[in-house]
Amino acid sequence: MKPGSLPAACAALMRRDLTLVWRRRGDALNPILFALIVVALFPLGVGPEPEQLRRMSAGVIFVAILLAGLLALDTLFRSDYEDGSLEQLVLSRHPLSLLLGCRIAVHWLTTALPLIIVAPLLGELLHLADAVRWVMVCALLLSTPLLSLLGAVCVALTVGMHRSGMLLALLVLPLYVPVLIFGAGACNAAQMGLPYAAPLLWLGAALVMALVVAPLACAAALRISLS
Amino acid sequence: MSGTDHHDRPALLEAQALAFARNDEPIFGPLDFALHAGEVVLIEGDNGAGKSTLLRVLSGLLAPSSGEIRLHGEPLTLARLSPQVALLSHQGGLKPELTALENLRFAAGLHGQRAGMSAGTALAGVGLEGYADVPTRQLSAGQKKRVVLARVLLAPVGLWLLDEPYANLDLDGIKLVNRLLERHANGGGAALITSHGAYAYTSGTPRRIPLQAHSASRTADTGAIDGAAAR
Amino acid sequence: MNALTLWFHKTGSPPTFYRIAGALAPWCFGLGLLLGLAALYGGLLLAPRDYQQGDAYRIIFIHVPCAWMSLFAYFFMAANAFIALVWRIKLSEILAMASAPIGAAFTFITLVTGSLWGKPMWGTWWTWDARLTSELVLLFIYLGILGLYNAIEDRRQAARAAAFLALVGVVNLPIVHFSVNWWNTLHQGQTVRLMGPSKMDGAMLWPLLLMALATHLWFFGSLLARTRVGLLELDGGKEWVRSIALAEGARGNG
Repeated sequence: MKPGSLPAACAALMRRDLTLVWRRRGDALNPILFALIVVALFPLGVGPEPEQLRRMSAGVIFVAILLAGLLALDTLFRSDYEDGSLEQLVLSRHPLSLLLGCRIAVHWLTTALPLIIVAPLLGELLHLADAVRWVMVCALLLSTPLLSLLGAVCVALTVGMHRSGMLLALLVLPLYVPVLIFGAGACNAAQMGLPYAAPLLWLGAALVMALVVAPLACAAALRISLS
Repeated sequence: MSGTDHHDRPALLEAQALAFARNDEPIFGPLDFALHAGEVVLIEGDNGAGKSTLLRVLSGLLAPSSGEIRLHGEPLTLARLSPQVALLSHQGGLKPELTALENLRFAAGLHGQRAGMSAGTALAGVGLEGYADVPTRQLSAGQKKRVVLARVLLAPVGLWLLDEPYANLDLDGIKLVNRLLERHANGGGAALITSHGAYAYTSGTPRRIPLQAHSASRTADTGAIDGAAAR
Repeated sequence: MNALTLWFHKTGSPPTFYRIAGALAPWCFGLGLLLGLAALYGGLLLAPRDYQQGDAYRIIFIHVPCAWMSLFAYFFMAANAFIALVWRIKLSEILAMASAPIGAAFTFITLVTGSLWGKPMWGTWWTWDARLTSELVLLFIYLGILGLYNAIEDRRQAARAAAFLALVGVVNLPIVHFSVNWWNTLHQGQTVRLMGPSKMDGAMLWPLLLMALATHLWFFGSLLARTRVGLLELDGGKEWVRSIALAEGARGNG
């Protein structure tokens, strides 16, 4: 790969991001810990009866992972903005949307994928039905990239703001609502014995569209924020 | 050789009536100047005069409020500009957790590298050979500045926009910057540097463009600050 | 430049728009108030009782027009946001940002009146039926746009960022509505239906439509008033603002 070409730039960026995560690998556990805490609090809040927990389990796990992802979103652009690396990405000759797409991909790989792996364990804590477990993993595999892509657009709008946590949550909520409805809805439908293919297909369609549109929107939003 | 015998060539970078305002507060301008290959031009001004903003506008990060920038005679777009310009900004663009070499390798992957140069040789070129594997956060401010200079050196571009290149450097560092600038200019490149006057490029007599800080009071017609393109 | 473009340029210029808005706004408010009172009279006193809900349904004369306005305001804002982003027209930026709080207010009234209606209808202050839930998400979208606009220092950059968000929201709105509908059918089986206007008695219909007109007028009156303020803020250092300020000052002293 010739240095400075598009594939080389994407590879360099992904290698850099993976190295950075590895250097701070303790921090990578934070989202998992947070999701675990949220899930552990629910039985303490509503009582330990297995039937009641089983009915809520898929939804609670989805919400916990959604919230953990929201916390992790903050790391997407913040450090790059603060040390000036984000400017270098904007100034490079390569399409910003593609570079941001690589960034979001590595971010999903290092924050959301561990959560998906841990999800069945969280399901055990809430007595998740066996039949639903794989539907849930499927739904998470389709929804979490969507959450990362949509979240990235909102983070791009608030990049550089101090204490932007609440504003960011407010911005992403309307975008997350359909994803949560279809993702958790697929699991709940499976739990009730209803057909669950439709919401998963909707998620798939949305993911395909987001893969194309969200990086472009993210680049446009970033240009507005940096101007 | 820098000096006056370059104006027969077409201008590398031209600014015409360039101005920038934020919230209707003028930051700088209108400015008119031209930069030719082989020149090093110094933009002088006090803190707050808009020097950094001017460089950001020239690099394409910010859109000017009025006026035009031309590159090789053609109007500027970010797409045309980015392969030809390297910006040394106030923040530097280095990741503290990566080593100096890793930072440079990333820059090479992203922007490409100058023919005949590698991340290692660029690092040697700024006097940091033994520091290749040191995480950047452990370097001193002056050493970090040298790594950023190495990044600019490595980039295969003709136009350097350097914001306060002398800041944080000791006497050796200042001489290094001047050496690099001279070599770059002699090789056909050009550079626009800002400084708030403490240390200046000393090879020959560089052209200077003074920027004056705009007063806070709003008058109907803020006096136009002309970049006195000293000839 | 043809006549239409010329007219656009003239009306879009801040001093001209300021003047026109100042002349029109009181009329919009006045007419809106008048028609609103007439509509309330028709709805609260003249219209017959509903055979199912008795008098409790009468809140529909406020609830439904406000719901319509909450959506109208959003699309008006989105259209101006689009113009502001593509053509960078300052007036569109101000119009878009001025419609946001008005739309948010209408959304809030819709939710509150919906809640007040819910108590006699369903026995509860809040219900997660499809429309109320969608309306709640719409309120969050408005609050997000307002929050973002107020969080950025540079007013024009803030307007551009908020306009971008508004456009993202416009794509998101039908998706949210669709998903909430699906969610409702999954969990409740039968959605509670609001009476559609087409099935309404004539005596109930005209106050509803009259109130819809009144709210539109009120929206434009409020919009014009807010836009005037926005223009003054944005053009603060310019000549035309200073001459207005001096004139007002002279009038105050004289």
